[in-house]
Amino acid sequence: MADMTQSGLAVTPARIAAPRRRSPYPGWFFLPAAIIYGVLFLLPTVASLYFSLTRWTLFNSTFIGLDNFAQFLREPFLIKGLINTVIYAVITSSMKVVLGLLLAVLLTSQIAARGYLRSVVFFPVLVSTVGVGITFTVLMHPTNGMINEGLALLGIKGPGWLVNPNLALYSVALVDVWKGVGLATVIYIAGIVAIPRDYYEAARIDGATKLQNFFYITLPLCRPATSTVIILSFIGGLRTFDLIWAMTRGGPGFASDTVASVIYKQYQSGFYGLSTAGNVVLFVLIAVLVVPLTMMLNRKEGHE
Amino acid sequence: MSFIRKYWLSAVAILVSVVVFLVPFAFIVLTAFKDPKQASLLDFSWPQGNYLWGNIVEVVTTRNWMLVTAFVNSSILTVASVALLVIFGAMVGFVLQRRKTRLNGLIEFLILAGLMIPPAVVPTIWLLQGIQLFGRLHGLILIEVAYGLPFTILLYRAFISTIPRELDEAAIIDGARPFDVFFKVILPLLWPVTVTNIVVQSVAIFNDFTNPLYYLPGNANATVQLTLYNFQSQFNTSYNLLFTNIVLITIPPLIVFLFFNRQIVAGMTAGAVKG
Amino acid sequence: MTKTTRRTMLTGFSAGLLAMTALSGTAFAQSINLTYLVPSGADGVAIAEELVKTFEAANPDINIDIETRPGGSEGDNLIKTRLATGTMADIFRYNSGSLFQAINPAQFLVDMTNEPWQADVQASFKQVVTAPDGTVRGAPMGAAMGGGIYYNKAIYEELGLAVPTTWAEFMANNEKIKAAGKVAVIQTYGDTWTSQLFVLADYYNVSAKDGSFAGRYTAGEAKFGTDAAALRGFEKLQETFEAGFFNEDFGAAKYDDGIRMVATGEGAHYPMLTFATTAIASTYPENINDVGFFAQPGDEAELNGLTVWMPDGLYVPQTTPNLEAAMKFVAFAASVEGCEAQTRAGGASGPYLINGCSLPEDVPPAVSDMLPYFAEGGQNGPALEFLSPIKGPALEQITVEVGSGIRTAADGAALYDEDVRKQAQQLGLPGW
Repeated sequence: MADMTQSGLAVTPARIAAPRRRSPYPGWFFLPAAIIYGVLFLLPTVASLYFSLTRWTLFNSTFIGLDNFAQFLREPFLIKGLINTVIYAVITSSMKVVLGLLLAVLLTSQIAARGYLRSVVFFPVLVSTVGVGITFTVLMHPTNGMINEGLALLGIKGPGWLVNPNLALYSVALVDVWKGVGLATVIYIAGIVAIPRDYYEAARIDGATKLQNFFYITLPLCRPATSTVIILSFIGGLRTFDLIWAMTRGGPGFASDTVASVIYKQYQSGFYGLSTAGNVVLFVLIAVLVVPLTMMLNRKEGHE
Repeated sequence: MSFIRKYWLSAVAILVSVVVFLVPFAFIVLTAFKDPKQASLLDFSWPQGNYLWGNIVEVVTTRNWMLVTAFVNSSILTVASVALLVIFGAMVGFVLQRRKTRLNGLIEFLILAGLMIPPAVVPTIWLLQGIQLFGRLHGLILIEVAYGLPFTILLYRAFISTIPRELDEAAIIDGARPFDVFFKVILPLLWPVTVTNIVVQSVAIFNDFTNPLYYLPGNANATVQLTLYNFQSQFNTSYNLLFTNIVLITIPPLIVFLFFNRQIVAGMTAGAVKG
Repeated sequence: MTKTTRRTMLTGFSAGLLAMTALSGTAFAQSINLTYLVPSGADGVAIAEELVKTFEAANPDINIDIETRPGGSEGDNLIKTRLATGTMADIFRYNSGSLFQAINPAQFLVDMTNEPWQADVQASFKQVVTAPDGTVRGAPMGAAMGGGIYYNKAIYEELGLAVPTTWAEFMANNEKIKAAGKVAVIQTYGDTWTSQLFVLADYYNVSAKDGSFAGRYTAGEAKFGTDAAALRGFEKLQETFEAGFFNEDFGAAKYDDGIRMVATGEGAHYPMLTFATTAIASTYPENINDVGFFAQPGDEAELNGLTVWMPDGLYVPQTTPNLEAAMKFVAFAASVEGCEAQTRAGGASGPYLINGCSLPEDVPPAVSDMLPYFAEGGQNGPALEFLSPIKGPALEQITVEVGSGIRTAADGAALYDEDVRKQAQQLGLPGW
């Protein structure tokens, strides 16, 4: 940190270099955040790297080299968990992009009850994840659940949303979208509102259809909003834990396990070294997927 | 024609929103009105009699008025953490956006890392104990600040890029100290994105379940999400009380939302979108 | 609102906040304040509250605050974290047996070997709260439990069935019940822990065939996947699933639903631990006489016996600043008055492990059905988790898979062996 401050004083930005004055951007502005972040987040994270190389019972630890990583990668459900994690992140983030954008277009158009609709779509964002998880577990009950009872009224036999091993992960992903689409919608609404009206005016004069408006004006000019939604929801999806835990605990059996829930289960079972090793694996996974994605999204923006 | 189509679309949108978004909430609220037997059926039915008041009284007084303690704790936690997040995050975002140094790459990496790496619980507990903050509200406030900083900084940095540099340079030339430039000139201009930050972070912190569970053990320290445990255990669940509890703890975020409703979109427009 | 007032407000607000956080740290100490950590859930808390109330009445200078924690593995983790970080409550209730061994009792818990009240604690309980160094570190909390099968007596009467003593008889009963259009076996995987019962409660049958299983299992020589007797538990689960005996919503139903179904006759059999009797008695008092209980049948009638679970223990961490007061409470809980307080709060669910504690005359049938296994000529033996420190943490997920037809019994058992290996390594046992 001392380093940062000093170099900050030395390297004065070129633009205001001429008369050497106090920098309007003092390095010490970093200090409070850096101390809190460094001490409470970075330090434990670095310490945990060491523990990922140990057999650790909380009470004592033995150095065992890379055994934890070997064991973690041998976890029977890790591969499935990895695949599930990626599926979950892709589904939730793409549905949030598509639904969020469509809802935003709808909610910025001349529709009745716009205020009500905006509020109601955003409202689930405010409710606690645990509360949402509990509620939907009840609603998705295979025989008494409201969803299946509603479907039965229409003459459809509803599936076992959370108890069918082939379906559980997707059901949770749906609830995730339900809860999170409000935020995506708001980000998109903001993006659409920021598009100058002249574009649409000009398009109207050229006789463009609504569809053309959407594809040639709204969609491209919303790209920054799209990258924000993708990055936030993709990282969120990869790290997702609360909702899966509240709804299925990774079950039935291991069917909806994600990397985060596998890690948490190792942690709960007292395999602390193993779980920390899993944390490292998850971090690598996220980095491998997100860093190129970020770069791609940024590059495209640069081209415009 | 388009008149009819417009109303047709509105009607469909309202109908769908009712089924998809309102019915689940109606279910929560209706269950909160029921007695234990009817609630345990977990169906979407009209309550037989109004037990809401009794349920509220029971939820609030359970375990020595734990919910009240929890509301006080969560409020302090949320307001204090968000206040610190806003100030410290804005400071970092400001300097980070304005001054390009070689360290920017490193700082940006650390921010991204903070978004991605799940925190290491046990080393953090040892550390908190080392600095005498474990199991204390102050400690948890700092934890929430540490975990929330990356997101806040990103939002601020994006927004600050829309504020012309000339503004702060002019203020400096007028002889203002950097401290004053930031707090008197820049920070007020950041209000829209500050609102976004307040809403997003306060909802996240108020609804946080995992961190209080680990870093703030003990009844006197309970936060609202932990009160859900009072009515749901390995062995049995009192659904009427559980859903009453969910209703009660959703009220504060709802108030924040109603208060800032109009400004949320404005803040997003200015902040997240111009990334 | 102008910007200036807004800022002033913000400053004032944060100043007020800091003042509030500062205040919340103040302590007030007149009499001795103890904390008592128990698993959450209405029945457990009710017992704790009754104990504390009775104790405080006799000891006005001691004030006890009850704290709750989640159950299951979340709770295990919390207990370990709080012990390791020296932040445990003054007294806490936690499992005996293998989970007790996993919290390093010798390092963290107060030695209770020489407490005078230990004289009245039965040896079978002392054994499951004894640290590796031979010292006793806990007191019994709650009653002994059986693991077996609750059955609905009304259905048995209606169909003219007899209590089975072999697995074949049990399956034949199930057939008849199913043929009568009723649910034969209730399963509730909405609470995953309930799925383990067929495997865990089968342990008496394993040990009746092979008394050395526990020892060889701990040493890493006997495996569930390869030992025919041990594998039976998994196979029984698979057989009942494949025969289609389960309730339609077995994947989502919860423990609550299970006890409702067996009490009201929506289902005939529910494999469970007998602590459920308390819940049935309090939630379905009008049906309590319809609920009976029998041990999980093995393959031979003459070897029929009950797998027994020891109750939780009450422990005091070495870090407590109020050792004397905490021990006073433990002594009270382990006394005859302590058992009486528990019975008052929760009803009787089984025999207590303290000499002199007796059950009331009018116990429900589910409890009286259990007593013959403990009486002269009856057969019972402890569950595996009280004979070996190793219990694999993923068992409940694996049994859900076997019970849902996702995985075969043999596969499930082999997978569980792998889970067990991990646990044994973590415990640092020799031979793994």
